[in-house]
Amino acid sequence: MEALWLSIRLAGCVAVSLLLLGMPLAYWLSQTKWRGKFLVESVVALPLVLPPTVLGFYLLLAMGADGPLGKLWTAWFGHTLAFTFTGLVLASILYSLPFAVQPLVLAFESIDQRLLDAAAVLGAGRWRVFRQILLPLSVPGIITAVVLSFAHTLGEFGVVLMVGGNIPGITRTVSIDIYDRVQSLDYAAANHMAIALLLISFAVLSTIFAVNRRVWSPWPTK
Amino acid sequence: MANQVTAVSCTSGSRFDVRLRYKRPGAASDSFELSVDFQLDPGFTILFGPSGAGKSTLLDCVAGLLIPSVARIALDIDLLQDSDAQIFLPPQRRRLAYLFQAPALFPHLTVEENVAFGLHNLHEEARDNAVQNLLEAFRVDRLAHRKASQISGGEAQRVALARALAPSPRAVLLDEPLKGLDAELRSSIVDDLRAWNRARQIPILYVTHQRDEVDALGERVLALDRGLIVAEGAPHTVLDAPRKKRLAYAAGFENHLSALVQDVRESDGVMRARLAGTETDIEVPLGYATVGTRIRVAIRAGDILLATRKPEGLSARNILAGVIDSLEINGPTVICRVNAGAMFLVHITRGAQRALELAAGHSVWLVIKTHSCHLVDE
Repeated sequence: MEALWLSIRLAGCVAVSLLLLGMPLAYWLSQTKWRGKFLVESVVALPLVLPPTVLGFYLLLAMGADGPLGKLWTAWFGHTLAFTFTGLVLASILYSLPFAVQPLVLAFESIDQRLLDAAAVLGAGRWRVFRQILLPLSVPGIITAVVLSFAHTLGEFGVVLMVGGNIPGITRTVSIDIYDRVQSLDYAAANHMAIALLLISFAVLSTIFAVNRRVWSPWPTK
Repeated sequence: MANQVTAVSCTSGSRFDVRLRYKRPGAASDSFELSVDFQLDPGFTILFGPSGAGKSTLLDCVAGLLIPSVARIALDIDLLQDSDAQIFLPPQRRRLAYLFQAPALFPHLTVEENVAFGLHNLHEEARDNAVQNLLEAFRVDRLAHRKASQISGGEAQRVALARALAPSPRAVLLDEPLKGLDAELRSSIVDDLRAWNRARQIPILYVTHQRDEVDALGERVLALDRGLIVAEGAPHTVLDAPRKKRLAYAAGFENHLSALVQDVRESDGVMRARLAGTETDIEVPLGYATVGTRIRVAIRAGDILLATRKPEGLSARNILAGVIDSLEINGPTVICRVNAGAMFLVHITRGAQRALELAAGHSVWLVIKTHSCHLVDE
């Protein structure tokens, strides 16, 4: 149960951070006419195709005591970033980034440009257009982004194992816990955890499909 | 002296100067550049042109939604854009009303909230009053609390107009705003807009490609074609004698004939020209042409009379023998294709067709007045 609670806490932190981070990024991606936009799109989508162990490996190097991020973190907080809950949150943000950003970009891009034009002509600056037109019309996309990044983080394994290790109560998430139990042939306990995860995932997906059917589409082209 | 009188009578109105050049980035090399220079006085000015002439692009540039490379756009002495002085006011600071072809109401807001959107700087009470007045002026007050996504097309366009005019704009841009609405509804909306502007006297640029709308509005017309202003003036001078072939099509000239000038009679103000590929001569008004010049003649299908016997004692100078090729019923109109050497389109009423018992293969006479023949450029 401790593992499940930890996973939910982690997924919650990641979903909230991704919403705050993903919104401006998605807004920029949906509005920019910059030619190099595809490079940013590729970086954001990278975790979709990269083996989690590869991502985890480089994150571990970066966060370790000798890594650039690890050094900076140690200088500020006096301990390394790897094998901590914060480290896990940072790694998971990167890992789940496309699951938040893609639905947001899709939502923003599907809004009729003439609505945004009309708002501008009526005297609304960028921030007001974003807050009063873009945001309310993107609610299904925003729900999809939050729920998907939550669910995706909940089930992650490879990155957590690489960056977090397996410390009970700190970095031992539910999927790692299940793996441990199976290794020690405790199938009954593994089954309990697995069913809980299965039910949560199902609930999450039905929420998304209920509010918004266009979920895992490739990058939309306008 | 005349200028002084104009200045006095328009004290409350303002003048809109627009000079700009714009080419869509990444557009095909053969596409045209928009390049215009015109002034708008208080009241309606109609921007007329065939589709694809650049009308919407022009309005987007004036509103600041597109950024023209070279431009000087000024309302009286206020500069909206001056590319020489590196001045560019973003759309939200131009204080213009711009009504698109589609109403573009905010679907998540009510009708009332839509109209109030441009008034967020006002105090609540002042705002509510202003919104109420506008909803009444455009006869949509009973819809105030409906969601914008739940009203009909004509109502939505009225709400969009009320919303656009709410922030006291300094000029109004209307891009075929009443497309798809019936004529009666259209003219009632235009009347409401005129009434609204009576006290304000601001410039209103009204875009349309429909000839009947130009006739109904009856104001100064700017004719735009392939990015250039090709004519301007009163509707009948611009549209009844279109100088460009494409404009003639748009203005409803169904017949386009190529002819060779045979004879120029300056004292009578006419020329005689032979229709290409035929032995038929027609008389047309005098134009800049000499004997042997190829000219193009545009004639409205509704300006041609049909007769079953050769008419006599008519003032019309062109009476051509022909054979009906086909008849096509189109609403109240019958479209006749008549072969008189060249193929002519003639519009007659269904009653006329019945009375004359016209059918394919019948011999007829075409009657065309000299001044129904308009010379156009390519």
